Amino acid sequence: MRSNVRNLYLIPYALWIVLFVVAPIFLILYYSFFDIEGNLTLANYKKFFTPVYLKMALSSFWYAFLITAFSLLIAYPTAYLLTKTKHKQLWLLLIILPTWINLLLKAYAFLGIFGTYGLANAILETIGIGSKQILFTDFSFVFVSVYIFIPFMILPIYNSLEQLNPSLVDAARDLGASAWTTFRRVVFPLTLDGVKAGCQAVFIPALSLFMLTRLIAGNRVITLGTAVEQHFLVTQDWGMGATIAVFLIIAMAVIMSLTGNRRGKV
Amino acid sequence: MKRKIKWPHLYLIIVFIILYTPIFYLLFYSFNSGGTMHDFEGFTLEWYKEVFQDTRLLIIVLNTLIIALLSALISTILGVMGALAIYYVKKRQVKNALLTFNNVLIVSPDVIIGASFLILFTMAGIKLGFTSVLLSHIAFSVPIVVLMVLPKLQEMSPTLIDAARDLGASQWDVLTKVILPFITPGIFAGFFMALTYSLDDFAVTFFVTGNGFSTLSVEIYSRARQGISLSVNALSTLIFLFTILLVIGYYFVSQRNNRLNGMGGRK
Repeated sequence: MRSNVRNLYLIPYALWIVLFVVAPIFLILYYSFFDIEGNLTLANYKKFFTPVYLKMALSSFWYAFLITAFSLLIAYPTAYLLTKTKHKQLWLLLIILPTWINLLLKAYAFLGIFGTYGLANAILETIGIGSKQILFTDFSFVFVSVYIFIPFMILPIYNSLEQLNPSLVDAARDLGASAWTTFRRVVFPLTLDGVKAGCQAVFIPALSLFMLTRLIAGNRVITLGTAVEQHFLVTQDWGMGATIAVFLIIAMAVIMSLTGNRRGKV
Repeated sequence: MKRKIKWPHLYLIIVFIILYTPIFYLLFYSFNSGGTMHDFEGFTLEWYKEVFQDTRLLIIVLNTLIIALLSALISTILGVMGALAIYYVKKRQVKNALLTFNNVLIVSPDVIIGASFLILFTMAGIKLGFTSVLLSHIAFSVPIVVLMVLPKLQEMSPTLIDAARDLGASQWDVLTKVILPFITPGIFAGFFMALTYSLDDFAVTFFVTGNGFSTLSVEIYSRARQGISLSVNALSTLIFLFTILLVIGYYFVSQRNNRLNGMGGRK
């Protein structure tokens, strides 16, 4: 009787897994073998390996890499300094708060800031550089993406820094290591899990930011996500869209295994 | 020491300024009578009036809230069941497999979820609109509830359940009188996370929303694509205030739970 009751919990949950996790992935895979007329074919995959799509995939990865790298560069010192402040919890809350505001509203704010007469150009004017076209460039796309992802990079790094035993740092310093050596040999390796989690939380979504490429980059940047959206909702070529989605899923799996915990390997 | 601003502080201050500039920029220009997001001409509440007179927009706000509350409620129930299911599974491999499946939707990019759900709903013959949006919001909120509830379950000492059963409690009593009270903080956290996931989502909704139905983020997207209109600013100010209220509410709920459940809260 006991096991019967226990299995009851599993029924709705397993149903959810089958309907919304397993079935969608299979449907994506299934659709990737059909062309726009509904014929079973491998043409979509052939099309993906033409220079047009390969270039798009490459540039998509390049942008995602840039966004992740810049987020990490800004987030690590921020997280490190946050652990040293007095009212940690309050500062952390202030870091989290912007993530509660809809991504689109933040993107929309940058339409104003980066606009021809916006804040950014006003600052450039006063410094003496003169106004520039900022909106609808690669720079604005990367900047806004980094802006949006920074909190997601700070949080895991902050958590891993908090878990770091401070006596290890003291020991390193006592044994004569310089501040830089201590950081490089002790602090950074021990917080690597946080860095990995942060990179994972930034890189994968950065591959698929179609709304930012539309709003901020003015279609100058085409990511894999933009292409999926384009094929599904504009040209209605679901087969090709599904094929690109299959490659996105593969990329995701690769990144997950790269940034996953490899404790056994050390 | 207090008089001098040291460079680490300066760095943090700059990061915070950059984080908050766009938000306050939006709020500030929602009061601009000039109608643009530059050159502040004069103070006006015109744009707020416009928001409150726009019945279509108000209906969309209502839709968004209904979807968020319903999906958070249903996904919390499903998620708690999921966490209990994972908790009760004894075989390690099954447990790990379930957890892996659970995390798929959390790490998947939104476009993949959106596109695959679009195919799913089309094949299942579900009309795109309220139902499809609600179903997809429930679907992507379930795993986060599981992740919030499961640690609480694992924190709970199994002897509690054994003691309750020894004292003659039925399965149902054990669930409602022992397990659920213990994991309440996790359930609340999961509910709030599901709520924010739903309110925040754009990409998945954009795929499955169809023509007649719209949520707030989809509406903001289509308005922002047409350029700047300060009623969006006014709207975002209102959303910002609402968000802060939610954060404060969440803070107090979690505080109270910690106090009531002394053994539950770790901090």
